[in-house]
Amino acid sequence: MSGNEVIAEVKNLRTYFHVPEGVVRAVDGVDLVIKPGRTLGVVGESGCGKSVTALSLMRLVPSPGRIEGGEIIYYQSVRETSASSLSDIIDITRLKPNSREIRAIRGNHISMVFQEPMAAMLPVRTVGSQIMEAITLHQNVSHQEARERAIEMLARVNLPNPDRIVDNYPFQLSGGMRQRAVIAMALSCNPHLLIADEPTTALDVTTEAQILDLMRKLQADYNMAIMFITHNLGVIAEMADEVAVMYLGKVVEQTDIRSIFINPLHPYTQALLRSIPQLDDVMTRSGERRQLHTIKGMVPDPYTVLKGCPFHPRCPHFMSEVCDQVVPEVIEAEPDHIVRCHLYAPSPEEAQTRKEAML
Amino acid sequence: MTEQVDTLSQIQVNDHHQAQKPLVETKALKKHFPIQRGLLRRVVGHVKAVDEVSFYVMEGETLGLVGESGCGKTTTGRCLLRAIMPTSGEIWFDDPKLGRVNIAELDREQLVQVRRNMRMIFQDPYASLNPRMTLLDIVGAPLKAMGIARGKELERRVAEMLELVGLRPEYMRRYPHAFSGGQRQRVGLARALAPHPKFLVCDEPVSALDVSVQAQILNLLQELQEEMGLTYLFVAHDLSVVAHISDRVAVMYVGKMVETAPTQELFLSPKHPYTEALMSAIPRPDPSPREKRILLRGEVASPANPPSGCYFHPRCNYVKDICRTKEPAFEEISPGHYAKCHRATELALSGVATLA
Repeated sequence: MSGNEVIAEVKNLRTYFHVPEGVVRAVDGVDLVIKPGRTLGVVGESGCGKSVTALSLMRLVPSPGRIEGGEIIYYQSVRETSASSLSDIIDITRLKPNSREIRAIRGNHISMVFQEPMAAMLPVRTVGSQIMEAITLHQNVSHQEARERAIEMLARVNLPNPDRIVDNYPFQLSGGMRQRAVIAMALSCNPHLLIADEPTTALDVTTEAQILDLMRKLQADYNMAIMFITHNLGVIAEMADEVAVMYLGKVVEQTDIRSIFINPLHPYTQALLRSIPQLDDVMTRSGERRQLHTIKGMVPDPYTVLKGCPFHPRCPHFMSEVCDQVVPEVIEAEPDHIVRCHLYAPSPEEAQTRKEAML
Repeated sequence: MTEQVDTLSQIQVNDHHQAQKPLVETKALKKHFPIQRGLLRRVVGHVKAVDEVSFYVMEGETLGLVGESGCGKTTTGRCLLRAIMPTSGEIWFDDPKLGRVNIAELDREQLVQVRRNMRMIFQDPYASLNPRMTLLDIVGAPLKAMGIARGKELERRVAEMLELVGLRPEYMRRYPHAFSGGQRQRVGLARALAPHPKFLVCDEPVSALDVSVQAQILNLLQELQEEMGLTYLFVAHDLSVVAHISDRVAVMYVGKMVETAPTQELFLSPKHPYTEALMSAIPRPDPSPREKRILLRGEVASPANPPSGCYFHPRCNYVKDICRTKEPAFEEISPGHYAKCHRATELALSGVATLA
């Protein structure tokens, strides 16, 4: 293990889509730090760039999307088995999307689970052959060994009769079983980072509970880092150690799981938390129905480039001449709690003393 | 169009203080889909999507219908409107013009009349609107088809409906692609409400929406319910949403109704082990550690080949011998609280724990 205990670092990542209507800044300056054995939750509404961030890490951004700038540093030295020709510290943004280097990382070091378990598997090949493909691609093993390993993986994700399921086709499995099989496939090469993009959104609550439980167990066994993308704040509360809240291509707030729920700082995070129906409210109310809090307006269309803070047209704390003019900087408002909002900007004097302290 | 109540204010006057009477009631509702095999499409079995389901929805209330995918909740909703023909059973509806009628036995003409008063909104705001029709065509379609309004009057009614759901009437000539998911869901709602119905089947109306938009639509549904005296059957799988909007909740498992109770009672003291497991599985937006979850073993049973006795017995944590052989009855445990479990009265099941 390296001393700094970081597996991957995303620095000022910008991924844009050049479409005839204009430029969609799907990811516009995202910074993230991913640590081994920890789960980083990424929350946000559709179109906030959470999935594109994940795809950028895998270099799977579909055309016409392109990484325009920033770095994705992968610390390969964290992994003890560095049998490959990779150097220790790799900037993933510099690799070609179909180069040997990225293919050695993809599925092997960094692996991904998608939302739709049916779409993640080929319908015309057996579950086992698809898992074996991943294994034989990255490891020098015989067919028989790969098959044994596939069965072992299916057993690890608690599928009943793994030696039979290995020869089943995806359609023969239920949604929850399929998602287990996809997780087995993703984990077949012991990845150090698992990116899970809404892995339980298509599943029922009881199945979701099983899958989340399974992911937590496997994480503990493999000391793997998880980047968990979801729009469901309930799932985030259960899975994440740290949370990054995204809005329109930017991380607007990032801190540990407790702070985000107990002391949210960004007005968007605050509004998001207030807009979900709370069971506690329902259970303690007597008679009178309550209205949910809403965020006024809606997410602007992706082609408009807003001046200043992207949230300013919807923000209840909007400060004219500031929020609509200046893009807020990343501010460490409290220890390990960063936020991009002018409300927490230090006064000029404070800024001066901080600058002096840093010099 | 004259007999039909025409303005919202009238609806208010008519409906406000008429609670405590079932608007919709089903008795042993069944929908079995045949499984066909081979060249001659021989029927080799049946998928019992909805099997002997009985429930009622009181006038002006919201009944939440929950259950996992494939449990028959959508099919139940569709049978109520006879969007699909039930295999057997009765569906009683209190129509303002026809009186109390059994929808399962209505002829075409009567069905058109009844469907003025019972309407549906759908889950997917993208698939449920024809991309080649303007909002005027979409929202006006039921008014035209039912002969309620035409021409200028139609436009006036459509404008009124759009305004009601929070859309600008000027948008009437635009196509659905110009609108976001939340706005499209409003269009679907305007279409459903156009003939001023009494009863709305909402099939997962917010599950395709983002949380902030979901809150807007849920608030709108509640406002409209109060304003127009609507009655909802709210089909959903998100239990927090259902708890928020429903007066009573019904739980289905493999085509059967397993529990019905007033919302708070169901969530705080469930009587069926399946409901207990559901409650325990709800992901809560609260990072403090909680007591251990009840994880269910195995998979949901197949409605084509259900287990013997109680359908839930292979996954139940409280199973006894009788559960394997005898199907439990759907019985009233306490006033208004029904459960289908042999051990409903003896088990002390835990509901959702509250912070308070």
